[in-house]
Amino acid sequence: MNWLISFFAWMGEFFGNGENWSGPGGIPMRLLEHLEFSALALLLAVLVAVPLGLVIGHTGRGEVLVVISANLARALPTLGLLVMFVLLLGTASIWPVIIPLVLLSVPPILVNTFEGIKGVDPDLRDAAYGMGLRGGQVLGRVLVPVALPLILLGCRLSAIQVVATTTVAAYTGLGGLGRYVIDGFATKDYAGVVGGSVLIVLFALVVQLLFTLAQRVTVSPGVSRRVNVR
Amino acid sequence: MITFDAVTKRFPDGTVAVDDLTLEAPTGEITVLVGPSGCGKTTSLRMINRMIDASEGKILLDGVPVQSIAPPTLRRGIGYVIQQAGLFPHRKIVDNIATVPYLLGWDRKRARGRAMELLERVGLDAALAGRYPFQLSGGQQQRVGVARALAADPPVLLMDEPFSAVDPVVRTTLQEELLRLQSELNKTIVFVTHDIDEAIKLGDKVAVLRVGGRLAQLAAPKTLLSEPSDDFVREFLGHDRGIRRLQFVSTEGLRLRTDLTVRQGGEGGSSEEPWLLVVDEQGGPVGWIAGARPGELEPFGTFLYGRDSMRSALDAALLSPSGCSVAVDDEGKVVGVATREALDEALAEAADG
Repeated sequence: MNWLISFFAWMGEFFGNGENWSGPGGIPMRLLEHLEFSALALLLAVLVAVPLGLVIGHTGRGEVLVVISANLARALPTLGLLVMFVLLLGTASIWPVIIPLVLLSVPPILVNTFEGIKGVDPDLRDAAYGMGLRGGQVLGRVLVPVALPLILLGCRLSAIQVVATTTVAAYTGLGGLGRYVIDGFATKDYAGVVGGSVLIVLFALVVQLLFTLAQRVTVSPGVSRRVNVR
Repeated sequence: MITFDAVTKRFPDGTVAVDDLTLEAPTGEITVLVGPSGCGKTTSLRMINRMIDASEGKILLDGVPVQSIAPPTLRRGIGYVIQQAGLFPHRKIVDNIATVPYLLGWDRKRARGRAMELLERVGLDAALAGRYPFQLSGGQQQRVGVARALAADPPVLLMDEPFSAVDPVVRTTLQEELLRLQSELNKTIVFVTHDIDEAIKLGDKVAVLRVGGRLAQLAAPKTLLSEPSDDFVREFLGHDRGIRRLQFVSTEGLRLRTDLTVRQGGEGGSSEEPWLLVVDEQGGPVGWIAGARPGELEPFGTFLYGRDSMRSALDAALLSPSGCSVAVDDEGKVVGVATREALDEALAEAADG
C-alpha cells in the first residue's frame, strides 16, 4: 500500500502548494494553455475535415483521400511528427506544435464524417430526392442530422487524442499541463508528475462530458432513439 | 394522364431495363405495373419523376414531356411512396408529412395544419403527430409515407411496392384504405408491385411486364384474367385465375329464395326442404337447421348482396354444410338465400363471359 500513500502525499504536496495556483507556471495558467492549444487544433481540424467528409460522402468523389488519411493516421508516430515540425520550424511560435496536432486529428473526423454520410440508408436518400429536395438540401436537411452521431464521435475521438498529444507536446517546450509531467520527471519532482497527470485525466473526462452533452442537445431524439413518450 | 411513348432505358453497362414501352396511365385511375423481378417495373416508375432518365422515347405528363421540367420542381408536384416508407428519422411525424409543403414555402402553421388533416385522412391518431418514425409500426409508417406523398395535393401519385414490407393482414388493410382514399381523391396513380393479386385488387388497369422490360399485356383486371394474351401472362396470373375472376362478377343478378327462412323459436316451417335458415328477431342469421336434425344449428356464411362479388358468395356457400350462402344487407339482415342451383346458374353465366 506504500504507493497509494505516496500517491496521496504527492497529491497533497502538489495541490496544497499555494505557489502552484498562481503565476505563469500556475495551474490556472497551464490549464488555459492546454485548453487553448487543444481547442485551436481541434477547431482547425474540424474546419478542414467535416466539410471534406461531407462532400466526399455525399458525392462519392475523392474516397481515396479518406482511405489515405485513415492509413496515414495509423502509420504516423505522434511524437516523431511533433519533433520533426519543431526541428523544421523552430519554437518561435506555437504553430510547429499546432500543425502536427491538426494533422493528427483530421483523420478520425474525416473518416467518421465520411462513413456517417455514406452509411445513411439509401432508401432515405432516395425518398429525400423523390420528395423534390435538391442535392444540398438532401445533405443539409437529411444526411447531416442522421449522420450527426458519427460526426460527433469523430470529433470526440480527435478531441481526446489532441488533449493527450498536447501533453506530449510539452516535450518540445510548449506550455500546458504536460509541463508538470515532463519537468517533474526531469527534476524528480514526483508531486508535479502525479498532480499533472491527475489534472490531465480530469481534463480529458471533462472534454468527454462536454461532447456527451453536445450530442444530447444536437442529435434528434428520433435518431438517438432517446425518447420514450409512448 | 401519364403517357409512355416508346420509352427505352439502357444502363451504362448495356442492360436494357425497359424496352420500347408504350402505355397510358389515365387520369384519376390506378394503373398497376406488375411483373417478375428484372422486368423494369420500378425503373419505369422512376422515370416518371426523373429519379432515372429515359434513354430513348418520351414520358408525357398531361402532354408535357417530363424531361423538360427540372427534377426538383417535377418531383414536388408528384407524390412518391416507396417500400420502406423512407421517413426522415430525425423529424417528427407531423414534419415528415409536411416535407413538401415546407419545400414549397408554405408557412409553418399552414403546413402543419395540412399535415394534421392528412394524418387523420390516412387513418392515424392525431396523437402520433409528435412521435418519431421509429416509434411507429411498419404499417403506421407506411400510412405516414402515403400522407407525406399527398401533402401538397399532387395530381399524380407514384407508389413503388409500398405494401410489400408489411405483414399480410396489415397489407390487406392498407390496400383497402388506398382504395377508399382513391375513391375520395381520384388521383392518377401508378403502382408497382410483384404481387399479381395486389395488382388485380387495386388496378383499374394492369400492365404486365416481362423480363427485359417489354410490355406483355395492358388490360383491365377482369380482361386480364379471362383473356391473357399469351402463355407468359397466363402463367404469371397463376392457376386459380378462374376463381379469382369471380371477384369481378357481381352478385346483383343472383337469384335468391326467401322461403327458406324460419324465425328463431318459431314453427318448424315446411319440412320438405332439407335445410332451413334460422333468423333472429332483428332479421340476422343464426344458423342452418337440417330437416333430419331440427335441434342442431349448423354454421353459415354470408355475403353483402349486390356489393360483394360472386367469389364471396361462393366462399360463403362453402362455409356451410347446407351448401347455400346467405345474402345480407348493410345492416346484416337476411335478404334471401342463394341455393346451389342459383349459384350454379350464376357460375355458368360467368363462365360464358
